[in-house]
Amino acid sequence: MLRFVVRRLLQLIPILLGLSVLLFAWLRALPGGPAQAALGERATPEAIARYNELFGLDQPLYVQYLRFLGRAVQLDFGNSARTGRPVTEEFLERMPGTIELTLFAMVFAIGVGIPLGYLAARRHGSWLDSASVIGSLLGVAIPVFFLAYLLRLLFAVELGWLPGSGRQEVRIDATRITNFYVLDGLLTREWDAAWDAFTHLVLPGIALGTIPLAIIVRITRASVLDVVNEDYVRTANAKGLATSTVRRRHVIRNALLPVATTIGLQTGLLLSGAVLTESVFAFGGVGSAIFDAIFARDFAVLQGFILILAVVYVLVNLLVDISYGLLDPRVRVR
Amino acid sequence: MIIEDVPPDAVDRSGRPVLEVDELTVTFRRRGEQPMRAVDGVSFAVAPGETVGLVGESGCGKSVTSLAVMGLLPRRGVQVGGSVRLDGRELVGAPDRALRELRGADMAMVFQDPLSSLNPTVPIGTQVTEVLLEHRDLSRKDATAQATDLLDRVGIPDPARRLKEYPHQLSGGMRQRALIAMALACRPRLLIADEPTTALDVTIQAQILELLRELVVDSGTALVMITHDLGVVAGLCDRVHVMYSGKIIESADRHELFARPRQPYTGGLLASVPRLDGVRGAPLHPIRGSARDVIPWAEGCAFAPRCDHAQDDCLTEVAGSTVPLEYDGPGRELRCRHPLEYPRSPAGATAAGAAR
Repeated sequence: MLRFVVRRLLQLIPILLGLSVLLFAWLRALPGGPAQAALGERATPEAIARYNELFGLDQPLYVQYLRFLGRAVQLDFGNSARTGRPVTEEFLERMPGTIELTLFAMVFAIGVGIPLGYLAARRHGSWLDSASVIGSLLGVAIPVFFLAYLLRLLFAVELGWLPGSGRQEVRIDATRITNFYVLDGLLTREWDAAWDAFTHLVLPGIALGTIPLAIIVRITRASVLDVVNEDYVRTANAKGLATSTVRRRHVIRNALLPVATTIGLQTGLLLSGAVLTESVFAFGGVGSAIFDAIFARDFAVLQGFILILAVVYVLVNLLVDISYGLLDPRVRVR
Repeated sequence: MIIEDVPPDAVDRSGRPVLEVDELTVTFRRRGEQPMRAVDGVSFAVAPGETVGLVGESGCGKSVTSLAVMGLLPRRGVQVGGSVRLDGRELVGAPDRALRELRGADMAMVFQDPLSSLNPTVPIGTQVTEVLLEHRDLSRKDATAQATDLLDRVGIPDPARRLKEYPHQLSGGMRQRALIAMALACRPRLLIADEPTTALDVTIQAQILELLRELVVDSGTALVMITHDLGVVAGLCDRVHVMYSGKIIESADRHELFARPRQPYTGGLLASVPRLDGVRGAPLHPIRGSARDVIPWAEGCAFAPRCDHAQDDCLTEVAGSTVPLEYDGPGRELRCRHPLEYPRSPAGATAAGAAR
């Protein structure tokens, strides 16, 4: 078990090295540059040269890269060209927002998806079944930013039921402890702050949760349909077990194995930043930070955020693999 | 046609058979397809302590018969007719709740493939105790104690440890023993074993059969063996019903059947088994064709297209009626117009030899 974890963590090293080289080269290949973005289109060549010199951008690429790498191993990704603040600090401020959003989206997707998929399978061939199949197809097919925009327009702009941008109303002067706004509100007993932050999660969370929801419905349904025809379910029925026991212990337990994998993978994807959804809702998570950094040619933020997110993604997948062993005794790692 | 097919001694021992199956029919209906009759008027009975074999090739309806008895066929798209009585209680058409009370407690079943028949994510212990907890008023602790005892009785060494293990950690023979332990947990009156040894090694097969025989003798359980393996029949069954295309075509006591098979199909089955006492290199005699080469019973004898003894009147067009199942001497029934004949005193003639 320990060896398995260590091996997976060691695999991270080549992945991160390769990714950093790619990122570095790719960002420098973008037209324009940080100086142009920072000083405006009408900056004089002298001003640009001075700016580049100041930030070490006049050095050869490999020098820039090695310098970046040397600091990155100490978790120092430099300062944002836009705000001048350390990238690590910005990341720690932004990531909690994305984590909250991901949790909301996944709870929504799991809470609706598993029961719906299960019911669709139980009533195989009914209108509910057909509706869930068609619905989940739509869910995967609709572009997320389009859905996000639609939700915002309807429920925030037109109906005004829910807030449509930000993580919290500005007028609420909430105390920050962990930067998880909902959690902070609960910890400081500022209930209205917690509730307000929660309502800000609803629309982007639903938009973000739609694809995982659709996938979970489809996989749950297919998996339940498979499992009810398994021999061991027939054995359970032959033992005369109550229908509820057969369903709980023998059908659902096994049917959820593939669903668990999907949930893990989707969580990893959402955690690594929902650039489009966060931008539509001006949600201050890592996704909108990346979006802004691209426009500002903010190399330090882009490099730092993307590398850290890659680590997060790999770690989440490692967790999924470990937890899968807990669910299925056949794949328990030694 | 003779409907009642209760061997005289079966009734004598207890006064009444455990299982009585009368004119059982099972029809599968799928939208857009012809209804398919998988079991077509099957009748038999099993007395306490008796072992009855249902024998035939795959697709002959023997497994469907057993699932129909247990009430395990899906309700949608399947029509079950006739009568199945367990200790006199009618099971056909009984509500699901009533059947669940009987299954596992009064009637139990052992399936063909022990690995796929066990839940891979639940420990063996839970899978044994859940039967006990469902049907008996036991505490978890008592149920575990009984489960340990059961595993020990079916010959699983170190039962306390095995209870905590998962199916994939057990060998094939162990798994089948565990399944038998689950089936016997509540001391059922009727046990149906559907090809219980097919997925096992030959040496393990013999052990499992021996175990089943001991259990039947000890507890007086009525045992129905579903099998295509005549070796199993020879070793275990008191009475044998040979099935073909959804109908019983020959019924006899084991010794009678092996000594003097009357249906050419039964004869063919016996002749297609390799014999150790035969001449080395002697050709086997398989039944020609396959179980798919059948004609509907309504048009005559379903086996006729593969039968070496078939004559014109095996077809309804000529004879005017379907071949009936008829009295064929004491304790025997036969569905055949041109059965295999034997001399009055079969001096030295072996069954297989005669069948050839």
